[in-house]
Amino acid sequence: MRKINVKDVIPVVRKLCIDSNYYIGNDVIEKIKEFREVEVSPTAKEVLDILLENYALAAKEKMPICQDTGVAVVFIELGQDVHLIGGDFYEAINEGVRQGYKDGYLRKSMVDDPIIKRVNTKDNTPAVIYTDIVPGNRIKITVAPKGGGSENMSEVKMMKAADGIEGVKDFVVDRIRRSGGNPCPPVVVGVGLGGNFEQSALLAKKSLLRALDEPNSDPIWADVETDILKRINRLGIGPQGLGGNTTALGVFILHKPCHIASMPVAVNVQCHAARHKSAQI
Amino acid sequence: MAETIYLKTPLSDEDMEKLNIGDKVYITGTIYTGRDAAHKRLVELLQQKKELPFDIKGQVIYYVGPAPAPPGKPIGSAGPTTSYRMDPYAPILMEAGLKAMIGKGPRTQPVIDSMVKNKAVYLAAVGGAAVVVAESIKEAKVIAYEDLGTEAIRKLKVENFPCIVANDIKGKDIYVEGVEKYKKG
Repeated sequence: MRKINVKDVIPVVRKLCIDSNYYIGNDVIEKIKEFREVEVSPTAKEVLDILLENYALAAKEKMPICQDTGVAVVFIELGQDVHLIGGDFYEAINEGVRQGYKDGYLRKSMVDDPIIKRVNTKDNTPAVIYTDIVPGNRIKITVAPKGGGSENMSEVKMMKAADGIEGVKDFVVDRIRRSGGNPCPPVVVGVGLGGNFEQSALLAKKSLLRALDEPNSDPIWADVETDILKRINRLGIGPQGLGGNTTALGVFILHKPCHIASMPVAVNVQCHAARHKSAQI
Repeated sequence: MAETIYLKTPLSDEDMEKLNIGDKVYITGTIYTGRDAAHKRLVELLQQKKELPFDIKGQVIYYVGPAPAPPGKPIGSAGPTTSYRMDPYAPILMEAGLKAMIGKGPRTQPVIDSMVKNKAVYLAAVGGAAVVVAESIKEAKVIAYEDLGTEAIRKLKVENFPCIVANDIKGKDIYVEGVEKYKKG
């Protein structure tokens, strides 16, 4: 059993909040450059150039890539041999978010109540926290700030087995078609298949943690991802919806077993600022 | 062929007549910020026939909720937010004299119709290019609704603020025409 004081979690979360908002992953930069080479629309090329310039400028000036520094989504992999001491673990995560969003000059985008009051909590808490218990005696923390514009284009659909894989592909492509320029394309498309209603959505969200240069380890699913991506990039939406061939940078699928009667499909849309950073304690 | 046009605020009908979808526009002068919550309040004032916190005639509203200004900067990262959420309010503001809206993503038909009727335009800024946009903002001051935090109305002094004409006064829509042009199959 390894004892970890929850107070040690605070600075780690604080730094992940700041770093994930200032520094985009190299996989995003390389993928945008790759698509820029084959993009045919002059406006689209210009938009992609501005995005690349913006990533560089954000890192240099130590400013958030996007003013929408998101809901702080925090994924925890908690080793089962860890004994957490010194206070409330989730409160420590929220304190890290509070400090990171304050000290990093990040925007506070949370309201306390979704529809009646909608008063800003002024420190970007509460974070949305998911915990998995895993073997070992370490804690892995991933912070993935999620912007509202792309999140709003996401959807869960309870499909039928009879719809088949082609039905699933059609739904995902159509979800992106209907999103148009709203979610800040080029997007990354997270797809969760199976499980049940809520697990499909969580799978879709988790799929977005994969790097863009990392193919699906299962060749069958890798083919499905490639096919969906090709179809999305034939829609013509393009960067920012202004027209072009670069509508999505990648499609990521995670799947789980499901009930004999069910076939849940979730699409979580991620803008080009696909931000996530991890650390271990 | 897309042109590059430099505009100074406040904007006139003549300025609007020059603009076509796809044109690159650089704005210099004073513009105002506003998102959902501020729009709701502005429209309520107009419906009660009360005065707005700024003169909206010939003006530009930028749909943005900026990040806090770091030390030594007038504003933090300040890219556009998605515009459709302002669609229920936009025609009422155009009737009152608003000439241009800056945001990201397509608008609904009533907003496009109101642009034609009121000789106003919708300009797209690049979503997620929030530091690039912030570089063109030289001053920022909250002038109304401070309680809304990032959603307060700010008066911005901008120099060559970069955007692209998305809807012009002829009713054309880059989100339709651009996509049609590059759609395959």
